[in-house]
Amino acid sequence: MRTYTPYKYWFYLPTAVIYGVLFVIPTFASFYYSLTRWSLFESKFIGLENFKLFFSEPQLVKGFTNTLIFAFVTSGSKVVLGLMLAVLLTSRVIGRTYLRSVVFFPVLASTIGVGIMFTVLMNPERGLINGALSVIGIEGPGWLTDPKYALLSVALVDVWKGVGLATLIYIAGIVSIPREYLEAARVDGAGAWETFRRIVLPLSRPATVTVIILSLIGGLRSFELIWLMTRGGPGFTSDVIASVIYKQYQAGFYGLSTAGNVVLFLVVTAIILPLSWFLNRKEVDM
Amino acid sequence: MSTAELVNHKPGRNYLLSVVAILASIVVFVIPFAFIVLTAVKDRQQAALLDFSWPHQLRIVQNFVEVIQARDYMLVIAYINSTILTVASVTGMVVLAAMAGFVLQRRRSRWNPFINFLVLSGLIIPPAVVPTIWVLQRLGLFRTMSGLILIEIAFGLSFCILLFRAFVATIPRELDEAAVIDGAGPLRLFFQVIFPLLRSVIVTVVVVQSVAVFNDFVNPLYFLPGDQNATVQLTLYNFQSQFTTQYNLLFMNILLITIPPLIMFLFFNRQIVAGMTSGAVKG
Repeated sequence: MRTYTPYKYWFYLPTAVIYGVLFVIPTFASFYYSLTRWSLFESKFIGLENFKLFFSEPQLVKGFTNTLIFAFVTSGSKVVLGLMLAVLLTSRVIGRTYLRSVVFFPVLASTIGVGIMFTVLMNPERGLINGALSVIGIEGPGWLTDPKYALLSVALVDVWKGVGLATLIYIAGIVSIPREYLEAARVDGAGAWETFRRIVLPLSRPATVTVIILSLIGGLRSFELIWLMTRGGPGFTSDVIASVIYKQYQAGFYGLSTAGNVVLFLVVTAIILPLSWFLNRKEVDM
Repeated sequence: MSTAELVNHKPGRNYLLSVVAILASIVVFVIPFAFIVLTAVKDRQQAALLDFSWPHQLRIVQNFVEVIQARDYMLVIAYINSTILTVASVTGMVVLAAMAGFVLQRRRSRWNPFINFLVLSGLIIPPAVVPTIWVLQRLGLFRTMSGLILIEIAFGLSFCILLFRAFVATIPRELDEAAVIDGAGPLRLFFQVIFPLLRSVIVTVVVVQSVAVFNDFVNPLYFLPGDQNATVQLTLYNFQSQFTTQYNLLFMNILLITIPPLIMFLFFNRQIVAGMTSGAVKG
């Protein structure tokens, strides 16, 4: 006789249905439909044509490389700035609560609102940023209108909005370092830099892993800010895969759009899975 | 000695660093938000200058009324839509994810690795847009509020299940056993014994996901197009082109949709921090 359990499998049922129908099925369907010319009602199998197109059209290739640039630039900046801010905000600066609040609030603010605000601030002639730069004698660039800077300007805004979360994660990591290690280091005569280098940095490794993984996933998938601030422009110089997916969807090329989704899926898993395996493998010796 | 002192080796406060930090924070974070507020209460001509200055005349009420009335009270409709969307989808997420997380933590079986894999996939894999529209259309849910609510639930479940699973682990099993001996069935055990004990993590999930759903732009853009269905984020997107000459109204709109997350932040700071850093310590 099987023993009684109050933990019934049918507790999974509603979750499984919603998640299965609206997430798992579309994910699998995307693999098939990426190989077709598709109008939602009928589809024609065309093999790898969509993918060939994706990697031969310069504007689509640009979207691919830009996605990688955007993700690595924002993720790297969030790790470095987040750690620096966290060390600062766990030290005895005045106004710590105020500082934590202002750094973190942009995380909760509307991305669209932030995007519009920075589009206005980055206006080349009348914007506040170039206005301030001209006061100290620097002629600011056309942040969003110059092809050289457009993508990086959006990345800058993304870091501005997201660095609060990285900081918060690092603060949690630093606060959880056992006091004994810090005390021992001090007894052994370690200075501030040595304490940071030998104790804080290695022991906030789980936080670093979380920040890297979260910000890379977010960066690779990011769409809202780029779409809102540049529409992928000027030309297609700041397009990323996610904005290509939207443009092809709007243009009615559903098969090509779905192929973009599959490319994005492959990029995300090809980067995140080995990376998280690698980062989680090496535990810190305590 | 505090952790802060141990990390920094400074016996007292570092005044120079504090001043630099506070000044930098004002330039980088406070001025942009002040810019929104100031522009939102300017008149049209002055707002068009895009400069950082005190308004000639404070038009708080007039701009507020104008934004509300624009396009047949679209912002009011959008607020109602966003409220329905947020409340319904977050309620769904909490109940479903709590049930799933509960069984996932309590019942060890050979399916668990597979289920955990599915949960993690939901955090990593970008949703396939057009195939999702295709599924919704087949179900007759495309361009409907119910469809969008289900989408938000589906995409938010993974995060919630992870939080619930971790929290259920801290509730002793003896409690379940006692309830079962007292004659509680599976549903009563969960809803009357376990669910109330999850309160603190429920608050965290509700706060974090409400802000996420309320701020969501991509999913409404794809799955619920059309002016009558607009959520608050889409009003801003739609107004952006219409209001190019009316920056005061555009920024008043930004101000209005930033208020709900701000209120959440002021009241639930601790829960938000708990939810967002849950992965940081353990890794």
